[in-house]
Amino acid sequence: MKNFLSGAMRAPRHLATCAVAALAITGSATGLAAQDREAVTIGYAISKSGPNAGGADMTVTPNYELWIEEVNAAGGLKMPDGTRLPIEAIAYDDRSSTEDVVRAIERLATQDKVDLILPPWGTGFNLAIAPLMAKFGYPHLAGAAVTDKASDFVERWESSFWFMGGSHDYVSAFTEILVAEREAGRINDKISMVSVADGFGIDLVKAARPSFEEAGFDIVYDKTFPPETSDFATIVSEASNSEADTFVAFTYPPHSFGLTKQAKVASFNPEIFYLGVGAGFPVYPNIAGGSVEGVMSLGGIDPNNELNSAYRAKHEEIIGRAPDYWGSVLIYASLQMLEQAIERVGLDKEAITAEISTGTFATVLGEETRLENNQLRAINWVGQWQDGAFVAVSPEGSEGLAAVQLPKPNWD
Amino acid sequence: MLEHLINGLVLGGTYALVAMGLSLQYGIARIMNLSFGDTIIAACFATYILFSSFGINPIVALAIILPASYIVSLGVYRLMMEPLVKRAPDEGALEVDSILLTFGLLFVIQGCLLVIFGGGYISYSFMNTPVSVLGTLVSGNRLLALVLSLAIGAALVIVLYRTRWGMILRAVALAPKSAPLFGIDTDKAARMAFAIGGTMAATGGVVVSMFQTFTATTGVVFTMKALIVVILGGKGSVPGAIVAGLLLGLVETFVAAYIDPGLTLASVYTVFLLLLLVRPNGLFGKA
Amino acid sequence: MKTSIAFALAFTALALLAVAPLILPEYWTGVLLGMTGYVTLATAWALFSGPTRYVSLATVAFFGVGAYTVAVLNEVLPYPLVLLCAAGIGMIMALVVGLSTLRLAGVYFVIFTFGLAELVRQTVSWWEVNVTYTMGRYVFLPFEGHHIYWQLLALAAITFLIAWAIGRSRIGLALKALGDDETVAAHAGIDVTRIKLFLFVVSSTIITLVGAIQAPRWTYIEPSIVFNPTVSFMTLIMALLGGAMRLWGPLVGAVPLFLLFEWLSGRFPDHFSIILGALFILIVFVMPNGVLAKIDDLRKGRQS
Repeated sequence: MKNFLSGAMRAPRHLATCAVAALAITGSATGLAAQDREAVTIGYAISKSGPNAGGADMTVTPNYELWIEEVNAAGGLKMPDGTRLPIEAIAYDDRSSTEDVVRAIERLATQDKVDLILPPWGTGFNLAIAPLMAKFGYPHLAGAAVTDKASDFVERWESSFWFMGGSHDYVSAFTEILVAEREAGRINDKISMVSVADGFGIDLVKAARPSFEEAGFDIVYDKTFPPETSDFATIVSEASNSEADTFVAFTYPPHSFGLTKQAKVASFNPEIFYLGVGAGFPVYPNIAGGSVEGVMSLGGIDPNNELNSAYRAKHEEIIGRAPDYWGSVLIYASLQMLEQAIERVGLDKEAITAEISTGTFATVLGEETRLENNQLRAINWVGQWQDGAFVAVSPEGSEGLAAVQLPKPNWD
Repeated sequence: MLEHLINGLVLGGTYALVAMGLSLQYGIARIMNLSFGDTIIAACFATYILFSSFGINPIVALAIILPASYIVSLGVYRLMMEPLVKRAPDEGALEVDSILLTFGLLFVIQGCLLVIFGGGYISYSFMNTPVSVLGTLVSGNRLLALVLSLAIGAALVIVLYRTRWGMILRAVALAPKSAPLFGIDTDKAARMAFAIGGTMAATGGVVVSMFQTFTATTGVVFTMKALIVVILGGKGSVPGAIVAGLLLGLVETFVAAYIDPGLTLASVYTVFLLLLLVRPNGLFGKA
Repeated sequence: MKTSIAFALAFTALALLAVAPLILPEYWTGVLLGMTGYVTLATAWALFSGPTRYVSLATVAFFGVGAYTVAVLNEVLPYPLVLLCAAGIGMIMALVVGLSTLRLAGVYFVIFTFGLAELVRQTVSWWEVNVTYTMGRYVFLPFEGHHIYWQLLALAAITFLIAWAIGRSRIGLALKALGDDETVAAHAGIDVTRIKLFLFVVSSTIITLVGAIQAPRWTYIEPSIVFNPTVSFMTLIMALLGGAMRLWGPLVGAVPLFLLFEWLSGRFPDHFSIILGALFILIVFVMPNGVLAKIDDLRKGRQS
């Protein structure tokens, strides 16, 4: 009893100490907002550690760093009156935890009182912060988030924008290619398909099943594996025994790399070899250890687009490595739109939101990029490795598409 | 059938290779090393850097990485583990202390790797050439893992059961309290067991980096797998680790082939949990 | 008399904490929310693991199940019923797990509970993928940060009451004996297994509820998000830092550690892991039995 009492007596005193510590932290962090505007503060929380770090480090963080460095090198963000304000960036690590990303956004919005907030990596994380971004009135440029529900979300959260399309878009573009190939007599009507058991893989596979079946394909092997899987010998051998000419894998980089290595070892050479995230990374040919000619995946670029080539060169120069061939350019385009919206309407968050929603922008995607219903649609849905570059081959999308080249030649 | 058997054994070889080091560290040195997987990842990064930046063949890299990891592990033991061992009143206290300590160490290693290399996915291609084993094509690097685990396992068994030094190690594992009565330097034995365990983690890392995509934060996956193998096989038992490793590989492969690849890990944990309930001391452990 | 003073103090603190979100800026409500979540987790964890000395890493298994129950049922049932369902599921799961595992001891129990968390996560994933064909569920409940915070605060208060009541009851006395020597306790006619099971179920049910209450904050839920093993590790560390054997120990561990993490991730986002790891190592060397024990030691040192 005495113990308990002394514990109880200690606790309030302890809380008081904490409160003091808390105030000290608050004091040091709020200084930014009070001063006259000499800079634009832009905050973001991103997974610097934990399981999401790999994806964020490839597609999102480098583009934020590149853009901020470019803007500041030019003297800062241009305001409507022609003056320039440098960007002051505040970056937090969400440690791949949704509770942390939510709190980091609250912190950026109410504590650091930043002018703008850039989104985190991943569909789940963007959805987790969407209610807060809407509540605080920040334009939410959800970049690395694939979702079919974007049209619902823009109604729920009016300041949200979705830049990566939905599973149906990717799958139906790919299905069109499959149908054309089948009509040309190059593939049979069997498909073997695997997917990783997380939001991304399942969303795509759910869209793919009806899409393939409506087009008259027979999905002869359809399995989902846990994200921690690292050995693909059995999956590849089962897919290889299924006699399907088309192999589809909705996967993340570790699985895309593992499947490629195993396919090479097992001499698994389907006419169509389609992988998820990772196959569009510049390091992919190296990882495969040789030719990856004909491998297909999401995304792709127009190799003749000079804007894009300039972006890729700049990315390599400043970040020290090339961007991936799918999400990076979309994220970067979203930042360019933000920059131009600020130049037109200033830093008022509502005005920026309205401008991004209705304006036309010159981005790396093209001279006239605009959003439809707050969603970017000028996306290359399907890409293919051709002569050492991952080029866009989807039936619709931007100009300058290459023709799809199938069947895929043998590995080396 | 035969194909799955071979694939399963090759996969299990990797698990066995990775787990033997932990078995030594936990069984003989009595350190529950949660940073074991991160030691493996550190070796993966070292191999990758030596290979991609200096063009050093990963097999040759073993000659650099193994002595380095022995020295580092020895240093870690001296600096951090020894004070705990000296201080611990009983085995339970040492277990809790070592869990907490190596948990901290895990973050330090991970943090250093993140700062140096970033969080991105790393993978490269080496020895990814098909080798035919009884008609089944397996990759050369995975086969190497199996061969190495069997070879190292055999060497360890010979050392442990046929040499005086091995007898000392086994004595320390079995009866750490009474071993000093026979003039055995338990500290030295534990130190060496820990360092050899660390060296074997590094060996595993070098080989694993050839076929598996890794990031700075994937270490915990290896720790878990190794832990399961060690507990299944019985702590400190080298043959146990090999058998349990191969068993896990077979379970995963057969479940993937005949039931559903989605259930591979669930089945691993089920087998593990059931065995733990039936035989808490593992397949080869002594009750 | 003394008890009533303590209660009055605790009640005042609770009242102050309850009005805090009305005064504090939004971010600090978020911090209080996260902190209260971990205080409750750590206290509930210590409820079982403190006296029995069974180190459990299954925290996130129950936490995740709670969150997932809300994700599955939030559009079907009214919210209070959803919480009841979550508590019920947690309780049943704890009973099954408890009955089958409590005879394991030491490191085997640690590893079993970790394996259990992974098994639950894999099974939920597989079920969602192959049976319900949904991966990722939405929770659109009209709760803001402070609503969730108040619920957590209430749960925290209840948890402390339970812990206090157990400490005072006959079970509490039995527990003291149990912690000291299980064999002696058994010989003295204490039904060790039943007490352990009881504690495990109470503790796990509270943990399940923490997950359930926090779920609406994340909008989108999938297994990799709610079965994040970090939750288990954090809970463990916080409870051990404060001292798992004392009523207020987990609180004393959770509050400063949580604030420290928050401060570190803001100040040193790139070096967070290194600093965190170094701190852990330091804690093991400097105060292996927790902060409260350390304070007691220092006091004794001064007196003598």
